Amino acid sequence: MRYSDEFRDREATLAIARRIASLATGPATIMEVCGTHTMSAARFGLRALMPEGVRLVSGPGCPVCVTAQPDIDSFLSIGDEPDTVLVSFGDMLRVPGSSDSLEGKRAGGAQVRVVYSPLDAVEIAQQTPEKRVVFFAVGFETTIPATAMAVLSAKRSGARNFSVFCAHKTMPRALRALLESGEVRVSGLLCPGHVSTIIGSAAYEFIPDEFGVPCAVAGFEPVDMMAGVESILRQLREGAARVDNAYSRAVPREPNARAMEIIYQVFSPCDAVWRGLGVIPKSGLSLRETYADFDAAILFAQAIARVPEARPSACRCGDVLRGVLAPEECALFGRTCAPENPVGPCMVSSEGACAAAYRYGGA
Amino acid sequence: MCLAIPMRIVEIDGPNALVEVGGVSRKARIDLLPEVSVGDYVLVHVGMAIARVDADEAERTLSLLREGPYEV
Repeated sequence: MRYSDEFRDREATLAIARRIASLATGPATIMEVCGTHTMSAARFGLRALMPEGVRLVSGPGCPVCVTAQPDIDSFLSIGDEPDTVLVSFGDMLRVPGSSDSLEGKRAGGAQVRVVYSPLDAVEIAQQTPEKRVVFFAVGFETTIPATAMAVLSAKRSGARNFSVFCAHKTMPRALRALLESGEVRVSGLLCPGHVSTIIGSAAYEFIPDEFGVPCAVAGFEPVDMMAGVESILRQLREGAARVDNAYSRAVPREPNARAMEIIYQVFSPCDAVWRGLGVIPKSGLSLRETYADFDAAILFAQAIARVPEARPSACRCGDVLRGVLAPEECALFGRTCAPENPVGPCMVSSEGACAAAYRYGGA
Repeated sequence: MCLAIPMRIVEIDGPNALVEVGGVSRKARIDLLPEVSVGDYVLVHVGMAIARVDADEAERTLSLLREGPYEV
């Protein structure tokens, strides 16, 4: 595959590994923000290429993982309403809510459909006008434009039986919250490449400016990720902190103006609850009043209000998402919690830190 | 979940494009990328092209890797 294979080259990866080894001057904790980075690092064995003392830790960038329990429970409750069809990305299917999952709901008779794109959910609504089709919108800036497009398309085509339960989240606010908490001492941040295609690399400039933490925007092939690590170690060695763009073939400095326009035409910022991070001001999105007819949180407000409060669980996904706990350090890991019978979302999602550690082994 | 695959644009019809990789083709919306044309590579995520892959930048990264100093 062009633009994939060249960046998977073993020799090039090892050449960067040698440079990294000579650049490292001491212990460094580098957070890979994005879940897709976590999976790449595990899949290609990049942790083993880090020099002594240089650690890659997972961050809050797996959308399925950071979706809060009450949001999952609320979406599941909509499936109990008459004539509803729950539509979701496949990754969400097995994520446990307080008492059930989408998969469990389906086994119990609820209509659950898996789609590749939010636009497919609008098509389902058009094909089944007698049903109320509700899409569970999770994901960061990479995914948000597609949901916005789906809402616009439903409005334009008069698909009034389509709605969105919006659990979308925006990344820079979460990074700010994480850095402000001071709980994790990160030496550098590997910023998410595909989120950055939408928001631009400038969106992270507050991180070196206000927190003095070096950043590198990185893609997801081994060469891309290693180049990002190299750039961070180089900054540490120079005593500098800036945002380097190690994914320049796809990421500009400025945001994609079209994407921003579409996103904020449909949504406005709202406070959001993140698993592990709690409430982060203005880090979520809700549908604007103009699109209230497509807002499942309004349409199904009564069902959602009946959802009991989420029960506390021994699952420590929240700590894993903040980078304060390695998956293997959780008491449930590999014992009561495994991919075939997951307790928390980090073990369910294909890019969750726990799933990656279980499948490929940890550090 | 932020996975996006580099795919080549084969056909453009308004905001819709046909994109292809390894013999597999699918539809993608190109609303976010008004400047793309047939033959361009784009990153496709959940049915939307989210970025055009800049061939010059890709080549520059690769040549830096090939020629770059392996020692510091």
